[in-house]
Amino acid sequence: MSGKSLFDKVWDDHVVVPETQDTPAVFYIDLHIIHEVTTPVAFNLLRENKLTVRRPDLVLATMDHSTPTVKISDLDAGLDAVSDPEPAAQIRAMVKNCKDFGIKLHGFESDQRGIVHVIGPEIGATQPGKTIVCGDSHSSTHGAFGAMGFGIGTTEVFHVLSTQCLLQRKPKSMAVNISGELQPGVSAKDIILALIGKIGVDGGTGHVIEYRGETIRQLTMEERMTICNMTIEAGARAGMIAPDNITFEFLKDRQQSPHGDEWDSAVKRWSSLCSDPDAIFDKEIDLDVSNLEPQVTFGTNPGMVVPITQHVPSDIDDASFRKAINYMQLDADQPMIGTKVDVVFVGSCTNSRISDLRTVANILEGKSVASDLRMLIVPGSQAIKDKAESEGLDKIFLEAGAEWREAGCSMCLGMNSDKLGKGQLCVSTSNRNFEGRQGPGGRTVLASPQTAAASAIAGVIADPRSYI
Amino acid sequence: MEKITQFTSTTIVLAIDDVDTDQIVPARFLTATTREGIGKSLFADWRYDSKGNELSDFPLNDPNASKRKILVAGRNFGCGSSREHAPWALHDFGIRAVISSEIADIFRNNSLKNGLLPIVVDSDTHQWLLDNPGVEIIVDVEAKMIQLPDSKKITFPIEPFARHCIINGIDQTGFLQQNIDSITAFETNRSWQP
Ligand code: SF4
Repeated sequence: MSGKSLFDKVWDDHVVVPETQDTPAVFYIDLHIIHEVTTPVAFNLLRENKLTVRRPDLVLATMDHSTPTVKISDLDAGLDAVSDPEPAAQIRAMVKNCKDFGIKLHGFESDQRGIVHVIGPEIGATQPGKTIVCGDSHSSTHGAFGAMGFGIGTTEVFHVLSTQCLLQRKPKSMAVNISGELQPGVSAKDIILALIGKIGVDGGTGHVIEYRGETIRQLTMEERMTICNMTIEAGARAGMIAPDNITFEFLKDRQQSPHGDEWDSAVKRWSSLCSDPDAIFDKEIDLDVSNLEPQVTFGTNPGMVVPITQHVPSDIDDASFRKAINYMQLDADQPMIGTKVDVVFVGSCTNSRISDLRTVANILEGKSVASDLRMLIVPGSQAIKDKAESEGLDKIFLEAGAEWREAGCSMCLGMNSDKLGKGQLCVSTSNRNFEGRQGPGGRTVLASPQTAAASAIAGVIADPRSYI
Repeated sequence: MEKITQFTSTTIVLAIDDVDTDQIVPARFLTATTREGIGKSLFADWRYDSKGNELSDFPLNDPNASKRKILVAGRNFGCGSSREHAPWALHDFGIRAVISSEIADIFRNNSLKNGLLPIVVDSDTHQWLLDNPGVEIIVDVEAKMIQLPDSKKITFPIEPFARHCIINGIDQTGFLQQNIDSITAFETNRSWQP
């Protein structure tokens, strides 16, 4: 019998009732992260079915998607002054639902509020070996810790709230082996964009990916999170990385991390969470990143991506490609560098952590944002905001002419007040360049924080390697 | 949940690959706290002009579309966000089956819980359906097959438990509830606690 993969080990550890030919497995969830957008119908289903929340202690609740990114004085008039009525109602419903069902909410008053996938790791709730779900597809982020994180729909949010379990069939597995040392100015974001470009936005469908190899071992936890975050953009169920000392170092002394003797036994258990040498994967892919360039998208999904020094492809001719570049107002064979930029957005659960902000500050320091360009810098959490301000990063941003805003999803998706105008082109550190994702008619170019900062100064898409 | 065993309908064709859930229901419509009337926001940015008038060349605006229960879509339909609003909106519009050569995982899971059948067929059948909008198809969930106008039968894969729930009109929650004792035992006996 062959050995077990990391994913096999985490899977097996959570099967309550095994799957049969007729029925899926009853699968246990260790951490359920919830936010205001995908939960209201689930809470109403609890009410209609006269059910309670089984394990409020395993729920981490916050508000991030429809929240304004300016300070509000209170949840009444203060919120109404900066928010449209519907998102405001959704925010108030979240407060009420959490109160009614005994769930602690990290709301506006909390210094731990932030984007769901940013605060889980930050407070140490995300840990190796856990199963972590959220009504949000970027739950794959948590896999960076050797957890199994995946996005679920609202009916499943209801299932987890009421039973702490889901009905699941075991997905297939895929190993992505990454080798080579990154060149200066090239980042984890470029690795994952290049991978999606290589395997396509459906390359991972039905699979759980494990990222392995020497390159992965050298990445920080924040870089690993960026990679796992965008796993869903390759269609995969989840992305995982075996925990190591870098993981343990990150988690030590965080609020919800184990302490004292419990820490030692947890590290012992976590250390066994790696794929056995003879583990078998359904698929394997190799990626050498030694010569990788910064990547930028040219189309309307994350797989439509090229190295920044290259042109919009001229050798593809299908309806989807034509529709995409037509929407993007780009021409086949047009160089990416030099394309006019209206807005730069630094933020989202992909790239809004303190290291991302430091990277951007390093490039912006002493320079200014191009005169007719709007740059928004939005920290992923309140804690990151505080940390950045304690390091004086906010001053660098403001002096360069960028906006420094309150934590939230902001312009990653057009749900709150931060939206692109029709036709505006945005270089964005977020994860989706779908049509209208950042606002109706808005055009998104996905890139790393380095490329975003360089482009903000240049006013056009610019190669960050000339700015470091 | 409504029972679905078999139905016949003509098709609507949306010949675009990688249609993501941000197109199926754009984010600004996710602010609602109920799912009532969500069919109106289905494909809002492709279906209406900026004044809210229907664009006549969009397939869902065909005068017959509202009576059609089958959407034939390009490869990798439903990728992107986990929003269940996507199957809710398709269902509210009247769609009961999406046929493609590939359907994204989360969308597929969400659909099966909402009486919307994700049907994956081989690429030749898929291409034929894309090339022939408006043909009449029989969808037979019990037999796990669709029947084309020339009587050719094509089987499709469907998770057995989801199929059982759909043909009997039951939701999946009951099965989880029946296993509450096992869940409690699991929580008590596991070697570590989250
Ligand atoms: S930042 Fe964007 S991708 Fe991440 S949780 Fe928020 S909306 Fe989703």
